[in-house]
This record gives sequence, C-alpha cells and structure tokens, in this order.
Amino acid sequence: MKPIFNRGPTLESRLFIVVVLSLGLLISDGLYGVFKPLRSLLTTLVSPVQYIASLPAVFLDASTDRIISQEQLITENEALIQQLVILQADNQRYQSLQAENEQLRKLLDAPIQTNLPKKVAELMAVDNNPYSLQVLINKGSINGVFNTQPVIDDQGVVGQIVDVAQTTSRVLLVSDLSHAIPVRILRNNLRLIANGSGELNLLNIKHVPHSADVAEGDILITSGLGNVFPEGYPVAVISQIKRDEGRPFAMVKATPLARLDRLRYLLLLGQQEMPLAPLSATENRVIKGDLNE
Amino acid sequence: MYRPDWLLLVLVYWNIALPQRVNLGLAFACGVILDILLGYSLGLNSLALVVVIYISSLHYQRLRNYSVWQQMVLLGLLTALYNLIIFWLQHWLTNVYFQFSYFWPIVTTVFLWPWLFWILRKIRRQMGLS
Repeated sequence: MKPIFNRGPTLESRLFIVVVLSLGLLISDGLYGVFKPLRSLLTTLVSPVQYIASLPAVFLDASTDRIISQEQLITENEALIQQLVILQADNQRYQSLQAENEQLRKLLDAPIQTNLPKKVAELMAVDNNPYSLQVLINKGSINGVFNTQPVIDDQGVVGQIVDVAQTTSRVLLVSDLSHAIPVRILRNNLRLIANGSGELNLLNIKHVPHSADVAEGDILITSGLGNVFPEGYPVAVISQIKRDEGRPFAMVKATPLARLDRLRYLLLLGQQEMPLAPLSATENRVIKGDLNE
Repeated sequence: MYRPDWLLLVLVYWNIALPQRVNLGLAFACGVILDILLGYSLGLNSLALVVVIYISSLHYQRLRNYSVWQQMVLLGLLTALYNLIIFWLQHWLTNVYFQFSYFWPIVTTVFLWPWLFWILRKIRRQMGLS
C-alpha cells in the first residue's frame, strides 16, 4: 500500500538539509581536515566492504598462480637464483663498506645511521578514484603502521601512508597531485622538491633556477629533510628539462623509479618510536603540496 | 578509468522504483560511505549523489514511463552532472586539471543501464517489493 501523499518533510526541505550537511562536511574535512582523527575509525568500520570488494581480484590472482606451468616456474626459479647470487655478492661488499663508513663517521664524530626496520605489505586494491592516486595495502594499525610512514618498493620510493585503519591502510603515491617530496640530486647534492602531477608516471620539479646544474638522467634521492622520508632512497630520474627564459623557473619533469603501475609487494620503513616529529597542520599542508602556485 | 558509477546506477533505479523508501537520506549516507571507501574528502560524493537523486525523484514518474533509449539518454545527462559536480568540487579543493579521461565513466554507465535495469527489476519482482 503506497501512501498517496509523502509523509515527513518535503523533497525540497530534505534536499536543503542534506546539501547543507554535505557542504559542511566538505568544508570542514576538505579544507580544514577536521575529520582526520576520525578517519581511521571510519575506515576501520567500512574495511569489511573493502575486503569483500577485493575478493574477485584475490580469486583471480590465486587461479592464475595455480595454472602457471612447471616450465615457467623452473625458468623463474633459475632467474631468481641468479639474481640472489648477484645480490649476495654485492651485499658482501656492502657490509665491508658499511663498516668502513661507520668507522669514518666515528672519526668525524657524525652520528651513525642505523638501519631502519622494514615491514613487507601486499597491495590489496587500487582505488577507483581518478582524482587521487592512492593504493590500499593489507597492513594496518595492529601491524604498527602509522600515519606518514614512508613506503618503498624494490626500485624506489612509492609514497607515504595517509590513512591507517585496523587491518588496512592507504598509501598516497608520490605522483599524486597533493604530494610533494624533498629530494636531492645524487650527482651534486642539489636540493629540490618533487611535486606529484596527478599522472602516474610524472613528477614536476618546481622552482628550479635556470642556472641550476640539472641534467636529464640525473637520479633524485630523498634528502631526509621534512622528517618524513629517511635519507638516501631513490625517488625518480629526471626525464625532461625545458629552459624557457620567458618563465621564471626552468620546467623540469621526472619519472618515478618505483613501478607505480605494477605494485605488488611494498616495504614500510621505520617504526613509530623513531624521532619523526609529528607534523603540525601547517607543515602538513606544505608537504602535501598546498604550497603550489 | 572506465569503471561505471555503480552506486549512482543502483540508487537511481531504486529511487525510480521505490521513491518513498530510497530517497535523499539514503543517497547521502551511501555517498559518505563511498567517500570513506575511496578516500575522497567527506561530503564530495554525497553532495553529487544527492543532487542527482533529487532530480531523479522529482521526475520519477516520467522516468518510469520512458523507453529504455530515452532513459539511457537521461541517465547519461545525470551521470555527466554527477561527474561534473565531483570534478568541480575536486578542482576547488585540490586544483586538479581537466582531463577527458575523467569523463569515461559516463559512457560505460549509460551502456550498463539497460542490463542493470533488467536485473534489478527481476530482483524487485521476485522479492515482491513495491
């Protein structure tokens, strides 16, 4: 039995209420980040939905893993063994070099850099959000993941954690429009800031003077400034430089080294107790790129 | 990139079918949940969804009586509005640049509508909802 007349408030008054509510949420969350602390609770509440939504992908992965032929496995295994041998050989030298470096640093009275603890996480889902490049990983606050924790893959820096739920967390990729990362050029230690562009494989480097010593193919590594990313991890390689004298700065573009479109296993660096200073709201806005223009 | 706006489709269908039950309040709640799930700023999807559902609930009786083709055209307009609102709000919040790829969902959503309409109508009739 359908009521002939609408009960309750009219459509227009309902529209008014929900629009005001939405705008209130938008302004308080989007502009002022009021709901940042609540966000992890909210994400935890909806994380079952995420698990269910990622099930088809999980099944598909499992079934493709199953139908890999034995030949493929053998060749892959051989390749991995070769890689392992090469890496171990490098590692031998690395250890002696590290010892030497520590001794030299002791001589200079410089603080010794300790190895950061690492955690392996697996990609759960790539968000269906065309405006923001984020991925979801299968580690959360119960695994010790924390906000602004740096994330790398085997090639370079992937991004940082922006949203921690109990068993999942969200990684903002370096190429997201709202992300910026302090870097320096490996060759000559020139400090720069690499902004995300919103395109997956492109970083914009802003405020580079025309006279700066920058060349195509230069490798950018994290500079450790800003207290979010530890020093020395490779970020990107410079792909294009346009020195248009009519503009105040040179236009420099870079390609991230991490394979952002083929992420599967990720490494989370560091742990909560590290002397990473918590970011104040203003600093956070600067790091997240509100400084643009 | 090409993923259709499933939530919009399902909400519009149920809004046309059961306008008394599926209404602006539910659209708002679903929008907020979608915002949390996809990491948008809260209120972004809910605002866009609420506007679209408002239009469809103003015209639900007309929409019901249209043929599938006419429904598809109107749904394309609604989806375009939805995506435009989201783009405008995002532009306001984070200065995203215009890319045509943002608007691919309009095409996929329109072509999904007849199938979804058919399936959901079947479900509705089997469960005897009215």
